[in-house]
Amino acid sequence: MATSQVSITVNGKKVEQLVEPRTLLIHFLREQLMLTGQHIGCDTSHCGACTVDLDGKSVKSCTMFAVQANGADIRTIEGMVNSDGTLHALQEGFREMHGLQCGFCTPGMIMRAYRLLQENPSPSEEEIRFGISGNLCRCTGYQNIVKAIQFAAAKLKGVPYQEAAE
Amino acid sequence: MIPGAFAYHRPSSIEEAVGLLSKLGEDARVIAGGHSLIPMMKLRLASPTNLIDLGNIANLKGIREDGGDIVIGATTTQHELIRSDLLARKIPILRETSLLIADPQVRYVGTLGGNVANGDPGNDMPAVMMCLGATYEVKGKSERCMAAREFYQGAYFTALEPGEIVTAIRIPVPSAGHGYSYEKLKRKVGDYATAAAAVVLAISGGKVTTCSIGLTNVAETPLWAEEAAKIVTGSTLDAATVKKAVASAEAVTSPASDGRGPAQYRTKMAGVMLARALARARERAGA
Repeated sequence: MATSQVSITVNGKKVEQLVEPRTLLIHFLREQLMLTGQHIGCDTSHCGACTVDLDGKSVKSCTMFAVQANGADIRTIEGMVNSDGTLHALQEGFREMHGLQCGFCTPGMIMRAYRLLQENPSPSEEEIRFGISGNLCRCTGYQNIVKAIQFAAAKLKGVPYQEAAE
Repeated sequence: MIPGAFAYHRPSSIEEAVGLLSKLGEDARVIAGGHSLIPMMKLRLASPTNLIDLGNIANLKGIREDGGDIVIGATTTQHELIRSDLLARKIPILRETSLLIADPQVRYVGTLGGNVANGDPGNDMPAVMMCLGATYEVKGKSERCMAAREFYQGAYFTALEPGEIVTAIRIPVPSAGHGYSYEKLKRKVGDYATAAAAVVLAISGGKVTTCSIGLTNVAETPLWAEEAAKIVTGSTLDAATVKKAVASAEAVTSPASDGRGPAQYRTKMAGVMLARALARARERAGA
């Protein structure tokens, strides 16, 4: 089968590779670039575990062909760590607030939350819940994920995180 | 799940896309956001041998005013509809509807053109377009316009001929101060409607002067409930009139019994959604 050349920036690095047109973006990331941080959960564009940040949008990479991403700028969980090696505020938030249990949904959850906070640096709890409605978590009940994102929002703004009264 | 193999084409103009579609014939499909087509391809329910990606055609995108109409390029995404100040001012039902489609990630990629042209009775925009009296601008060997109200012929079956592409959606702007509502009952985020109703109306001196009603996912096609709208027009939206309109709308439905419930239930829910949509549209209408 004919292959196409794609040139995609992934986590700040330009990669040029040959792909079969039917190669899904998630398979390209995981199997050709060995970036296995984003997961394949449902494989039907429901669960959000494969979410990446692509040209300023949150995208389910199981529902896009790698050829469609030709020329795009993509970020995955592997590209979230700060340049000095410390955790990004969202990663720290998920650790501090126990925003994960099994961890399967976490990379997708963090990539979605990243774009959410880019668009809305001070989201309300309701806005967070609406904003992550395309990401499923079967462990936490979402409570601590919401807190993790609130923690990150506060940290990114440089204000202390205050847990809302229960 | 891996789709079947295909050759990929990425034209940079509408003319080139139409040319490819005509040259490659029946085994070619156009792809916009791909959030209907790619899942079908992964399940091998669709196996096009050629995919023509419309994502690189700049003039298929964008929202503009043209006289008394708003024209929306076919590959404009739901996210872009939600973010548009122009639409928020002129046709706010589009924002309300977009926010009820799928989830944030899907809305970044899913397009208005795909939503209306796919012919899936579960899609939300077709009934809204019928409600608004929109027309679809289509390009194949020649150009033509088709009324949304005459576009849908069956599940996944539309008036679109082989070789044609929907390029834009033209919507007459409803009167200033109109009331609107899209009420959708769904089991969870991302689900298609169990039943949904779109209402656009105008009220003057306490009476409904114009009204249009669309219904989603309660038949093989989206429905334009013309009789129900006529019953409402001229009334004060009193309880007896609303009851009559709801009965009229229920009568035109013929939903399937499926995981969303038995047919009878879905018909009743279409009625409930219509009653709620009428009430909310009335609240929003300027006197």
